[in-house]
Amino acid sequence: MRKEEMICIVCPVSCHLEIEMDDNNNIVEVKGNQCPRGDVYARKELTNPTRMLTSTVKIVGAMYDRLPVITSSDIPKGSMFDVMKEIAKIEVKAPVQNKQVLIENVCDLGVDIIASRSMAKVD
Amino acid sequence: MKHYDLVIIGGGSAGLAAAVSAHEQGIDDILILERDRELGGILQQCIHNGFGVHTFKEELSGPSYAERFIDLVHENKITYRLNTMVIHMNNSKIIEYVNPQEGYIQVKAGAIVLAMGCRERTRGAIAVPGYRPSGVWSAGTAQRYLNMEGFMVGKKIFILGSGDIGLIMARRLTLEGAQVLGVAEIMPHSNGLPRNVKQCLEDFDIPLFLSHTITRIEGLDRVEAVQIAQVDKNFQPIPGTEKEFDVDTVLFSIGLIPENALTEEAEIDMDLKTRGPKVDESYQTSLSGVFACGNVLHVHDLVDFVSEEGKKAGIAAAKHIKDQLVTGNSFKTEANEGVGYIVPQIIHPVNVDTKIELMFRVKNTFKNVNLVIKKDGVEFRKLKKKHMAPAEMEKVILRKQDIEDVKESISLEIMEEAA
Repeated sequence: MRKEEMICIVCPVSCHLEIEMDDNNNIVEVKGNQCPRGDVYARKELTNPTRMLTSTVKIVGAMYDRLPVITSSDIPKGSMFDVMKEIAKIEVKAPVQNKQVLIENVCDLGVDIIASRSMAKVD
Repeated sequence: MKHYDLVIIGGGSAGLAAAVSAHEQGIDDILILERDRELGGILQQCIHNGFGVHTFKEELSGPSYAERFIDLVHENKITYRLNTMVIHMNNSKIIEYVNPQEGYIQVKAGAIVLAMGCRERTRGAIAVPGYRPSGVWSAGTAQRYLNMEGFMVGKKIFILGSGDIGLIMARRLTLEGAQVLGVAEIMPHSNGLPRNVKQCLEDFDIPLFLSHTITRIEGLDRVEAVQIAQVDKNFQPIPGTEKEFDVDTVLFSIGLIPENALTEEAEIDMDLKTRGPKVDESYQTSLSGVFACGNVLHVHDLVDFVSEEGKKAGIAAAKHIKDQLVTGNSFKTEANEGVGYIVPQIIHPVNVDTKIELMFRVKNTFKNVNLVIKKDGVEFRKLKKKHMAPAEMEKVILRKQDIEDVKESISLEIMEEAA
């Protein structure tokens, strides 16, 4: 039996997690989480860590020159820089709706890059 | 002079929540004054996710979170003015503002909600030696340039201060191809949320130098290097511990200051610790009918709590307009040993519905301590706390029946557990 400690990064509450593992590194129990997502996070972080990725893409015809984007779900931690390269390649035109898909199945991860706000067209 | 039942100064997360909740209470005659070119405030440049876990049970980006509230403002046809700067507010609740469409305007308000947010401390606040080359930024300004305007502020970067904005910018700049050589923090603990230390620094192997500060910025026209040094207990640099980093850019993430120029001009009572106005259980300031919420009141870590505060201030402002706020007996809250501040500072039990939340921050990092609540100096409750840190806002909830017999004060203090 051994214990791992980590801080949950799912939300800003930052719960202090304690994970009990048996001698074969199987997770026995996750403690300290204030919501069920802490349990899921701890198990993932110890097996296949993933992250949500946010960035911006070029936009033309809008109030600003950049549109914020987000992955539609979490991606493997190691693939963040590959996804950033794909995000850098595109340019979109206003108007854009919040959650509009801008890149489908980015890097074959089964995850889309979507707009994280609406942006109206301006002249 | 035009009259509005409710004028809200600031269209960010606090102001929007106040507007929406006052409208829900039947107040239709609302005006929001916003100095930026759109509503949403600082959320619009906070493109990272993690917003709304409490409010919407979803993890949203800052702009997505703002959009939820902006949509409600539009649905409810709440009036707002953009590119509008409030230049003065007096204690008769007359507000003077300017914008390019209307010029100079005076309006009279039945109630005012102050929701101006906060601004960043700059290099000047801590007097770092060196010339004034280009390449020195506050972290939030760099964030706006990068995330909204599309400009990189530098290629090799050092960050002073481990506040959340600095940590988030360390990750953001790294993802965009810059090299972040390190983050220095003068305190022995990080000032950012633990989750941000983990996912913004540790994920990218960016070193965090605790108990360190920048002692010199090199470069005449452009930043060429920074020198950092370890500090002693009194935050003085220790000779011989200097390290130098060749960088072209330095970001400062050294704290936020509630933006209260208007509040102070109206001679509203201020709390020297929060640097915001003193408020009561209804978020009402010392000036009747003037309420405050969000970062102008005290700097928050979570937008969800800003919205929650905005909502309560909006409801209270609606009560004031309908003449339902009572002034009766009151007592004060006191931040004692180990506690930095408490909001609200004053409580009228008669206006408390069923329970009251005391929001506070501790002064240091504590492990396994007791949080002692005293009524008129007598211990009332003791709560065991496993972990408390200045970067994480804490709260205690008291029921109405718990506070009805208080005469002078309720105090909070930290007591180390007897060994």
